[in-house]
Amino acid sequence: MVMEVDYTVCMHCGACVGSCPLNAMFLHETRLEFLENCNSCGICEKVCPVGAITGSGRVEG
Amino acid sequence: MEKFDVVIVGGGPAGTLTGWHAARAGASVLILEKRQEVGSPIRCGEGLDKRGIEKIGLTPSKKWIAHEVKGAHIIAPNGMKLKLTEGQAGNEVGYVVNRDVFDKEMAKLAIDAGAQLRVKTSVVELLRKDGKVNGVRTKFMGKIKDIEAGIVVGADGYESQIGRWAGIDTNLKPKDMFSCFQYHMVNIDIDPDYNDFYLGSCAPGGYAWMFVKGPDEANVGLGVQGTKLHKRGDVKRILDDFVKSVPGLAKGKAISHIAGAISACAPLDCVTADGILLIGDAARMIDPITGGGIINAGLAAKPAGEVAAEAVAVGDTSKEFLQKYEKGWRALIENKLWRNYMAKEKVTTFSDDTFNKIIEAIKDADMSQISSLELFKAVQAKYPELVKDFEDLLM
Repeated sequence: MVMEVDYTVCMHCGACVGSCPLNAMFLHETRLEFLENCNSCGICEKVCPVGAITGSGRVEG
Repeated sequence: MEKFDVVIVGGGPAGTLTGWHAARAGASVLILEKRQEVGSPIRCGEGLDKRGIEKIGLTPSKKWIAHEVKGAHIIAPNGMKLKLTEGQAGNEVGYVVNRDVFDKEMAKLAIDAGAQLRVKTSVVELLRKDGKVNGVRTKFMGKIKDIEAGIVVGADGYESQIGRWAGIDTNLKPKDMFSCFQYHMVNIDIDPDYNDFYLGSCAPGGYAWMFVKGPDEANVGLGVQGTKLHKRGDVKRILDDFVKSVPGLAKGKAISHIAGAISACAPLDCVTADGILLIGDAARMIDPITGGGIINAGLAAKPAGEVAAEAVAVGDTSKEFLQKYEKGWRALIENKLWRNYMAKEKVTTFSDDTFNKIIEAIKDADMSQISSLELFKAVQAKYPELVKDFEDLLM
């Protein structure tokens, strides 16, 4: 699974980055990067206040 | 290579206040902010307690105070309202600030004390020598530049990447993370003398807030515990439902959307490593009950800045030397962090019915000062079973 960000929704607040249990995300000023060690656990998807992240297949829309 | 005694990653209050103290202690200081503007976008409810501002050595300024309130309302799920005056709440209410202005003023304090600050400059990597952090790799306008540092300070907020790159464990359990969303609303009908706090299932595991910014405007937001999030975009949806449910807010309009997250965890075991220390949200110093971070960051900034400057001056930036900072910040805030973390662990399990009972018990009690102990006694008198797990915590 590959995580995807909808930048028309993302507010680049960093909630996902600080919540990632693997430190597998990096927030460039306004762009998110998922690193190779991301295992698509879906925590970022749940924590994102606005629902901008998809792709784990573990979180209901 | 350019070199500074103290390089601080993050231009929020934790970073700039650390820079202020370090510069005053004689260190050369560089503060790096990845955004193009200090203080923006706002990621905060903007409530600040008056006493805290004094404690961290700041002079209140009309420049950044948007509004002053006389007290707070705590609102139970059944609508019962508990009014706390400023005195009763231990002065832990008071100012609602403009964070964009506040943050810039804090940056100015640091700069006036001799610190340098660069915006739109990201830190993309830590530099090391013999395994010890000794600088940062930055990116500015597409160009990579390395900067040598006596000490690196990770003040990079909730994201807390600097610490994790340095091998400091700042990972959070889902029960200790709170996802937040807020509207800056105008054209609302409110009592501008009181900030309102709503408990219970309107904000699962957390609370909903209204920090007044003017006669008909306020920051209206809420935080939801990570373990109570189920669907994508839950937090915004929960806030929309909440706004619709409160008369006086429903007709308002949002002029700003604000997103973010906070930690509500036990104090970390360690926030230092060789050549590096963490502070503020990055060091998980947020109060686990209120969700406030500025005052704790401001308190820790003094030992952080002073110890960083001293470490560089004596030529010992080892983790051992930095224990002086660990002792310093823990003496100031660790006990309260622990106590409020234990309280949060309990409070997040309360049902709406329990909140209703607690507010009812407190409302009927006669209290001049709302201390934790008096609250506890008031609830214990009526509902001893609710507080039996709290006894060793407060007595």
